[in-house]
Amino acid sequence: MPDLGIEVLFKGTNMLRLLQGLWVAMRISLISIAVSIPLGIIVGALMTVKNMAVKAVSKVYLEVIRIMPQLVLLFLVYFGTTRAMGINLSGELASIIVFVLWGTAEMGDLVRGALISIPKHQYESSQALGLTKSQTYLYIIIPQTLRRLLPLSINLITRMIKTTSLVLMIGVVEMLKVAQQIIEANRMSSPNAAFGVFLVVFVLYFLACWPISMLARYLEKKWS
Amino acid sequence: MKNLKKFLTLGLTAALTLALTACGQSAATSSAEGSQAAASSQASEAAEASAAEDTNAIYRTLDEIKESGTINIGVFSDKNPFGYVDENGEYQGYDVYFANRLAKNLGVEANFVSTEAANRIEYLQTGKVDVILANFTVTEERAQEVDFALPYMNVALGVVSRNDKVIDSLDNWNPDDSIIVISGTTAETYLTSNYPDIPLQKFDSYATAKEAFQNGTSVAWANDNTEVIAFSLQNEGYTVGIPSLGSADTIAPAVSKGNTTLLDWINEEIKTLGQENFFHADYEATLLDTYGSEYEDSLVVEGGETK
Repeated sequence: MPDLGIEVLFKGTNMLRLLQGLWVAMRISLISIAVSIPLGIIVGALMTVKNMAVKAVSKVYLEVIRIMPQLVLLFLVYFGTTRAMGINLSGELASIIVFVLWGTAEMGDLVRGALISIPKHQYESSQALGLTKSQTYLYIIIPQTLRRLLPLSINLITRMIKTTSLVLMIGVVEMLKVAQQIIEANRMSSPNAAFGVFLVVFVLYFLACWPISMLARYLEKKWS
Repeated sequence: MKNLKKFLTLGLTAALTLALTACGQSAATSSAEGSQAAASSQASEAAEASAAEDTNAIYRTLDEIKESGTINIGVFSDKNPFGYVDENGEYQGYDVYFANRLAKNLGVEANFVSTEAANRIEYLQTGKVDVILANFTVTEERAQEVDFALPYMNVALGVVSRNDKVIDSLDNWNPDDSIIVISGTTAETYLTSNYPDIPLQKFDSYATAKEAFQNGTSVAWANDNTEVIAFSLQNEGYTVGIPSLGSADTIAPAVSKGNTTLLDWINEEIKTLGQENFFHADYEATLLDTYGSEYEDSLVVEGGETK
């Protein structure tokens, strides 16, 4: 058994701090997810609208967010707002804003994809059955869309949780930063601690994302 | 349809511009020391371009800090033994020891903000911290963006090698031998521009560079002299053959450009603290375990006066 240096986690309050870091990461991602899913559904629905102006605006929004690395968005929102408007956002709020912008864009695109993947005959058949437009959406289109959307949005959600590791660049001390702090503080006494600490970080990220995957699998089974 | 095309062209151009500035940005964050100044100014240009110039002072004056009761100090939280967080979650280290004293003498609480090498300038330029005490090496490029106070530490490059083949000069280099450097450090920049013929082995992190050097892949390892000294003291069989290479730089506190009240106060404070040999006490409290007493006089700058 190689020396993994896991013992550094049991010094002082190290493990507690690591878990607090995980909580910070989860808080940022869960709030962002909760806000961006409804917004994403609206944006996604807007993307399927025939109006050219609406389409163009949403397309530009999506592409800008998708092309820009999240790190740049974080810098722009955190430091840019102070420079431009003198507003002093906290690092955590800036992170949430960026994650909502990003989540809404990607979620919107997923919703758009799911909506247009519903074959036209579904709409036509429900019309033939005499359903109104809102009934068509409520009973026919939305349930099918949700089923198609589920695996894709789970992918997005877990990606958002993992991307919180970038917020350390704007001074938010989350799990990865705490891990680095612990490793560096013990750099001299246990130089191998990096392996052990990152192994624990891996397990914690896994434990955070695993229930979400489980929930998704359960829902997929239930809805099929 | 024509309109849509115009929209898309416009949007894509905008996106491309952003993406290009973005590339410079993310490249910068992965590299440490050397290129930060350039990267931060690039980022700030990008931010400035998107915003109207704000002429209001972004920093807090000395009186405003006193009134608020807390001073925001940017420090490293993962650079043992200069600025790190101990197992109880408390900030510790050479920089932090000084920061605590500054706050105490000002009669305010110290609020530590964890900064990264690449965002230190940005923090000052947006006034999100009042002072940076994050092992900030004074360079000309940085001095155009922030105001440096008097120095409190010396820093230079050093080269460590094995005891059986101590390297004390980089002249007449054998082209078959290589030197290990960590990417993005001042050591890399210095060797590339001053000794272009010496082959370099580059590593991304301290840990990998150390591993490679100990396994004998190179005859020498160049890094900040504080780092190589610490390495040679903790590992048997290695000698720092070149303890000071290149230009001797200093480490100093930095404040937002133009914040003269705070700058003057810190300068006065550094001078006064010199009378009680404060930085020697700081060294003995925080760096002695790592560097031993041998390097105390060469590393510490007392009262802001470099020899």
